[in-house]
Amino acid sequence: MSRRPLVREVPPTSWYFHRPTYLRYMSREITCIFVAAYCVLLVVGLQRLAAGPAAYEAFLLGLKSADSIVFHLLALAASVYHAATWFGATHKAMPIQIGENFVQPGVISGAHYVVWLVLSFVILYLAGVF
Amino acid sequence: MTPMKELRVQLEVLRYNPDTDTEAHFQRYELTCPEEWVVLDALNTVKAEIDPTLNYRWSCHMAVCGSCGMMINGTPKLSCHTFLRDYEGTVIRVEPLAHFPIERDLVTAPDDFMEKLKRVKPYIIPKEKKPISEGEYKQTPAQLMKFRQYSMCINCMLCYAACPEYGLTPSFIGPAALTLAHRYNLDSRDGGRKERQEVVATHEGVWECTFVGACSEACPAHVDPASALQQMKITSSIDWIVEHLIPGGNK
Ligand code: SF4
Ligand code: FES
Repeated sequence: MSRRPLVREVPPTSWYFHRPTYLRYMSREITCIFVAAYCVLLVVGLQRLAAGPAAYEAFLLGLKSADSIVFHLLALAASVYHAATWFGATHKAMPIQIGENFVQPGVISGAHYVVWLVLSFVILYLAGVF
Repeated sequence: MTPMKELRVQLEVLRYNPDTDTEAHFQRYELTCPEEWVVLDALNTVKAEIDPTLNYRWSCHMAVCGSCGMMINGTPKLSCHTFLRDYEGTVIRVEPLAHFPIERDLVTAPDDFMEKLKRVKPYIIPKEKKPISEGEYKQTPAQLMKFRQYSMCINCMLCYAACPEYGLTPSFIGPAALTLAHRYNLDSRDGGRKERQEVVATHEGVWECTFVGACSEACPAHVDPASALQQMKITSSIDWIVEHLIPGGNK
């Protein structure tokens, strides 16, 4: 009897179809593309602003197009999903121990939502919305 | 006493004989089992009554020894902890643990995991050596709770079978071994973190992990390896910042 172990390779490009867990992971990762695209859009906006009032007006007009609105809605949905999955996992990365017990996961992720809300209002306030 | 309900069980088991086969193939077994039985019971019945050539590992039959891990319908599970009634009316596909070489049928070669376990030095490296006359190293309940969850690992390797990163990059130290490193790093009696960082804070260590989280879903002992790895990423990042960005930090 000899040892002749059989190695089964993992398909490098299609492995994430194998289990729902992997698909959920991939969907979370793919939302990064929208977050990155939105960052690029902000940089382009800054560049247009630097190029003068006419260029900036044209940029703002472009934002009101149907394509742009669809993109913004998709980017918003992707960012919310991205943030929610991360907030849901924060208690794993940053557990807080008090005495012999750990703070409940819901408290830690809940605190993140509160900070998110407060920061959003601060930014809206600074932007002159209120 | 009410009579036991029986289930018609259909198993599709991956077979591989290194002496004669070049490929693995599925073999179908049909049998009747009491409904409270687990997949391991069905395999034991197959071996005893239908096909004595079937190979698999088990020992405790109570989710303690960690030797009966298998892929059940593609998910890594302890076969002694997987109830047949949860699969009633379906064909149950039983395969050896993914990402490990198949030795024979459902038996895999754990050598790689054993090697990695050794590399993280999973034992206490005392902060200060004391002579026995000074008595034991004391620990408060709070200090124990800090790492207790990470000490519950039964070395079943389900987390490795669940982890796609390990499947794609076999040099990855992997969930259970890294989690054990964390367990000892968190121990108040231990002073070995710096030594372990040489393995932990590397591309084969925690930085190979992309937080898929499948390890924690698979873990039958609720160790939550994914949480240990994320915590180690944070502490390793802090090490890096202290070393590179704070003047005099690398002392
Ligand atoms: S961490 Fe959990 S899944 Fe991984 S080997 Fe230990 S007990 Fe098994
Ligand atoms: S037989 Fe021991 S864990 Fe299943």
